[in-house]
Formats: sequence, structure tokens, C-alpha cells
Amino acid sequence: MNSTSLAQTSNFLVYGALIVLALAMVAFAVDLGVGSGRRRAAEAGVRREQRARASSGRAPGGVDVVERSTADDVVDERWARVGVSLSSLAFLLLVGAVLTRGISAGRPPWGNMYEFSVAGATAAIGVWLLLTRRRSEMRELGLLVVVTVLLILGVAVVVLYTESAQLVPALKSYWLWIHVTAAIIASGIFTVGSVASALFLVADRYERRQVSGEAGGRLALLDTLAQRLPPSDVLDRTAYQTIAFAFPLWFFAIVAGAIWAEGAWGRYWGWDPKETWAFITLVIYAAYLHARATAGWRGRPAAIIALEGFGAF
Amino acid sequence: MPTDVVDPLRTEEPIRSPRLGLLGALRWSWRQLTSMRTALLLLFLLAVGAVPGSVFPQRGVAPLRVGEYFQAHPTLAPILDNLSMFDVYAAPWFAAIYLLLMVSLTGCILPRCLHYARLLRARPPAAPRNLTRLPVHREMLADVSAEVAIDRAVAALRSSRFRIERASDNASVGAEKGYLHEFGNLVFHVALLVVLLGVGSGAVFSYHGTVVVVEDEGFSNILTQYDDFVPGRRFDPTMLAPFSFTLNEFDAKFITEGPRTGQPDDYRADVTYREEPGVVGEAAVIAVNEPLSVDGSKVYLLGHGYAPRFTVRDGQGKTVFSGAIPALPQDPAFTSKTAVKVPDALPEQLGFNVTVTPTAPDVVSPLTGPVSQFPEDDDPRVYLGAWAGDLGLDSGLPQNLYELDTSQMEQIGLKDLAPGETWQLPGDRGSITFDGLSEFGNFQVAHDPGRYLTLVGAVTAILGVMGSLLIKRRRVWVRATAAGQGRTLVEFGGLARTEAMGLSAEVDRIVAHVRGGEKQ
Repeated sequence: MNSTSLAQTSNFLVYGALIVLALAMVAFAVDLGVGSGRRRAAEAGVRREQRARASSGRAPGGVDVVERSTADDVVDERWARVGVSLSSLAFLLLVGAVLTRGISAGRPPWGNMYEFSVAGATAAIGVWLLLTRRRSEMRELGLLVVVTVLLILGVAVVVLYTESAQLVPALKSYWLWIHVTAAIIASGIFTVGSVASALFLVADRYERRQVSGEAGGRLALLDTLAQRLPPSDVLDRTAYQTIAFAFPLWFFAIVAGAIWAEGAWGRYWGWDPKETWAFITLVIYAAYLHARATAGWRGRPAAIIALEGFGAF
Repeated sequence: MPTDVVDPLRTEEPIRSPRLGLLGALRWSWRQLTSMRTALLLLFLLAVGAVPGSVFPQRGVAPLRVGEYFQAHPTLAPILDNLSMFDVYAAPWFAAIYLLLMVSLTGCILPRCLHYARLLRARPPAAPRNLTRLPVHREMLADVSAEVAIDRAVAALRSSRFRIERASDNASVGAEKGYLHEFGNLVFHVALLVVLLGVGSGAVFSYHGTVVVVEDEGFSNILTQYDDFVPGRRFDPTMLAPFSFTLNEFDAKFITEGPRTGQPDDYRADVTYREEPGVVGEAAVIAVNEPLSVDGSKVYLLGHGYAPRFTVRDGQGKTVFSGAIPALPQDPAFTSKTAVKVPDALPEQLGFNVTVTPTAPDVVSPLTGPVSQFPEDDDPRVYLGAWAGDLGLDSGLPQNLYELDTSQMEQIGLKDLAPGETWQLPGDRGSITFDGLSEFGNFQVAHDPGRYLTLVGAVTAILGVMGSLLIKRRRVWVRATAAGQGRTLVEFGGLARTEAMGLSAEVDRIVAHVRGGEKQ
């Protein structure tokens, strides 16, 4: 195959991944609707009950979460499984797309924003699938991960698309490849960490309302979602662990980028918009890590900072 | 250590009632400044403060766009300028944020270093009374004596390289591990100070400048040779290293097929450089991403272009100009423009507007003028507009090198020339010969002594933050009590400062070791 048809193959694989991800999104949405309040309610409910008891100080068993801990043991996981399988398929398609793109251009396929976004989306799905393999409850992050990745890919295809081609000479530096590779992996992990932070806010809100006894209301859908989620402390820990892992990597990506810039222009830092926002992202995530170690800032404020970091990114 | 840090491992809590008076107020302010809350606030301010730099054009990055902004927003721009919105990263308020952050950091780090020094000498604390309250807790019944159980636990802890403190009654053992966590944390923050020091010394002692050098011409590192020069705050011309180089040949390759035909593939400059005047020159190649290091400075290749060579004779047959004139590229195919100014020509001064096409078009469109077909010099051609009159060079006003001021001149003709061709100017004003096309390189010379300090600081910071985030400080206690009938109740407890995923598994390993020793 010549490079043009390979590039075309890569595009088709991306479109394929988009379709498969859309189906995965449907599967996760159906899963959310079908098994509302059932799956894993027993296990999660018990943990919540303990927490609720501890924080409300009421007598054991006298808390509203009983309803959740008595949920049926029959667990309908089919739709969630379908979602994970479809996501895995989409991940393989995206890996194929990245590979063919790289072969067609004869270089690592992250030389422009389109390629960077596709590779970053691939990394995000990969990180989440890896987490799911280690802890099955991370599957509940699926809907939000898939939606986020769909958005990234959509923007990549519609707005950022660039023909597969050689690079301008200034971009030919192995430090650049190191820099971008680190940035892609870090961004994939940050994506998953942000999803965990966002869901933490949902789960935390639900748990607070359970304790104070006000359920339902205007945002009942959020409660439905929260019932399916891992307990908020698990989400909080996941967010922290992913971000704590990605932070040094992001720092390294920035330093590698600076080394490349120094080699190309003789200035390791020039405050161009990309550099500025990379710096802002780093500072906000640093604030997040500090906030988690600071009394009165754990939990909600820290999660909001983490989301701001991703917004900046 | 800031007083608002969550640290379940911290045992001693220094509680001091605030003293009255100035000293007390100072102490209070210092406490506030070095608290984690303030550090958080300053981090946010730093992030927010960096934003305008990506919204408004910056003088350091795009000075021309700052000028355009001033023209587009004549009332708003001066207000923004007073707020340093066009020099955000050199602004006093930005400096205030990061200097306060650094002071806060130092104030936070110094006590922590002392604390850490004490911690390194400290022994792990004795087991708390109630191990069941700890986040990780295990119990087992063993068929061995309490002492054997503790021996086994100690062996297991030792093989996992815990620091161990055995209780005097041999009934319990306390162990601690992960001291590198705090070490990494301290290293990271100290390294950040080093980075700032490197950046700061760069701002004071560095310089960088750009210069255009045509093939077969040279550059000496003295101030007057630069086209553009940005000195650091304490720059002094004696800081310029006395090197020089000659551009022997410039080679640019372009993509000849595919969707990006005509885009640059690679370019490189063959130079001969001398570290100081009088020594033997050495050959070197300067390419994109491959600067030349010479005597503490680096020479980078930023760009390139074409410089047509001309010989101009005046009406009296005298050669009044001979040489290469760099032309500014106008498009990716290197259609370039420049001007030849010949003030010594008689009877009148001569000037030429020059358009260069490295690969001449088949047809010149009257709308666009001549446009090059390809960036390589396959079929070079120059399009000249000749002017006679007063070049205006004596007015004292600085002139654009690449443009003619034709306000006091009259046009005397248009002509295009291939290499070697000569145009006899009308009215016995002389002739101009297009001798050929040379290439020029646009070089940047940069000297930043703080660079290595910054790099060392940044690399150390990465290692430090990895240690800090990936290593967890944790404590494990084991207690054995007789449970009757020759059996022993062994309790295990684990506590970590931040969430340590591996702690449960780690405690389980020790449990398994105590149990496993039983079977042997």
C-alpha cells in the first residue's frame, strides 16, 4: 500500500472508532437506565451505610441507605459488558489508525494537533480500560470517558484534520517526539482522572443528600447515576492516583519540550500560548496535589481544582 | 511544616499561644505566608496571572502584533499597557506573585528540612494501644510463642527494608518505611528554587540576537554586526565571545511530490568558524535543531532566503555597486522582495525595486506580479523597477533596507533579467547586471549561562516529585499476646500518610510470612 491509501485507511479506522464509540455510549446509557440502583448496590451500599453512620452519628441501621443495601443480588451487567467490549474494539481501531497514520507519514504520528488529539484519545481509552481490568467498578466511569473521547475525536476530525505528510524541518527533533509522547500519555491519564473527579462530585453530592435525607428532586438523574458509581472515596482515590501519576509525566513533557525549543531556537521558554497553557495546567494540578494535603480543601474543592486543571489543559 | 497540613503520622503538635506585640504580629504574618492555604492561593494567582499572556500579544514574543493592537484599540491599549498586559511575564505584579510564592516555599521548606533531619534519626513509634482502629488491620492465631511470632514479623519487615523498633518487652514491634517520600518532596521544592535561580540569572546575564549572512560572507560576534539584539539586564559588550564564522554554502531541500510539494524538507549551512581572531578555522554544519556551540554561545539556524547578486555601473561607466542583497521571502515558494540602493551613481542616484523568483513563472499575471513556482533556484529571474532621483538617505530618518523611498524619484523603466544578463538603463544612466542568486541564512546567536542551572533544577524536580508522589511513607505495627493453650494472638496494623494502595498487600505479606514460618 502506498502512503496515500494508508492515510485513507487511517481515516476510515478513525471513523469506525467513532461509530463503535457511539454504540458503546448507547450501551452504557442503556446500562445506566436498565439496572438503576441494583448492580453493586449491595456492596457499595454497605460501605456508604458505614460512612453515613459514622458521619451522622445515628444508630446503626437507622439510615436511609438501607434501601440500597437490600438490593437484589441479581446483577444485570450485560449492557455494561457490551459497552466495555465495544470500547475495547474502538481502542483497537484507534491503535490501528495511529499506526497506519504513522507508517503513511514515515514518522511517529503525533506531528500536528489532529494526530495529537487522536493519539491522546487513544491513550485515554487505553488508560481507562487498564483501570477497568484492575478494578471492575471503574467500568462505571465508562459513559463519561466514552463521551469525552467522542468529543475529542469529533473535534479532531471536524476542526483539526490535516493531511498526512512530512513535517517542517523545525519539528524534526527526537526531543520533540519524546515531548509529545509524554504529553499524550499524560493527557490520556489526566482525562481519566478528570472523569473520576467529576463523578466524585456526583457521588459525593448523593452521599451527602443520603445523610441529610433529601433525595430525588430536580437532579434525580444524577442520583440514578450516583447509585451506580463506586463510593466517593474510591473515586477520589482514583482521581488522586491518576493525577499523581500523570503530574511528573506532564512536568517531564514540558521539560522535554523546553529542551527541544532550546535546540531549535536557542530559547527554552518563550511564553507562547501553548507553553503558557501547559504551565497553567501544571500549576493548577500542583494546586490540586497541595489541596489534597490541606485541611479543609480535601474532597469537593480539590475535585473542582482537578476539573479546572483539565479545563486549562 | 505548615500547620494546616493533614498528617496522620505527625505525633508532636507544636501549639504555641501567640505572643503580643510586633514580634507576635510578624510571627503571625510569617505563619500566614508560609501556610499551605496561602501557597494554594498564590498558585492560583500564578495560574490566573499567566492567562492574559496568552490573550494579549506580548512584546517579547510578537512586538509587531502589539503595535497592531495599539492601532486597533487606541483607548483600551494604553490602559492595558499600564497594567503590563503586553509584558505579563516581566510585569511587577507577576514577579510579586512568584517571588511571594518562592518566599512562602522557602519558609515552608526550611522548617520541613529540619523536621526531616530529626525524622531521619527518630525511631519508629511504639504500637498504639488499639490496632483495630488503624485503616489496615489483620489478626491471626499462631501456634507459636509471642516472641517467635515477633521474630518472624521482624524478619519479614527487615526483608522489606522497614526501619524497625522492637518494644523492650518483645511483645510488639513498630516499623516505618518510605522516608524518601518526604525527601523527594523537599528535593522537588528546592529544585524549583534552583530553576527560578537559573531563569533569573538568564534574564540578567544572557543575550540573543539575529543576523542575516549571505553565502561567502561572514559574521563576527560584535554588537554592530547584529540586525537585531536583545541584551539581558546586566549585559556588557565585553561579554560577547570573540568568535566569527563564514557561511560557505547554504543547502535547502524541498519536498518535490505529494500534498506538501514545495514545503521545506531540510536545510543546513556549511560554515567555517573561528573561536577567536587569528586561529585556524574549523568546518561545521549548522542545521535546524542542530546549533553550533562556540565559546559558551550557540548559533542557531532560524530561516533562510535568497540574495540576488548585482553589479551596477553608472552613466560614466564606473562600477558603483557590486554585491549580494538579501531579499525578504513573501510566500512559501520564496517569491522575495528587496531593493538595491546606489547613492554613488552619477549623474543621479539610482534605486531598484527587486522581485526575485527562484523558479520563474511561465506567465506573469498583471494582478499579482511575478510569483515563483517552486522554492528551489531552478530558473532564477529578477524583476526590476528602476528609479532615478534622490534616495532620501541623507534625511537622517532610518530607512527600510528592503524598500525604496520613491517620493523624490521617478521611474525610468521595468525589466526582468536571467542570471548573467545586463540591462542598459535608458538615458545613459548606466547598467545593471544580474550576476546570479546566492542563498542567505538567518542565524540567531544566543548566550544563556543560566540554562544548565535551569535544566539541572528541572530534572532534579522531576526526580523529586516522582519520589514524593510514588513513594508513600507508612507505618506497620505487629503485636503478639498470649491467647491461652499455647497459642498467640498476632495483630497487625498499617497506617499511611497519604492513600497507599499497596499498604494492605504489604501487611498481608507480613501476615503470610508470620503464618508461613509456622509451617516450616
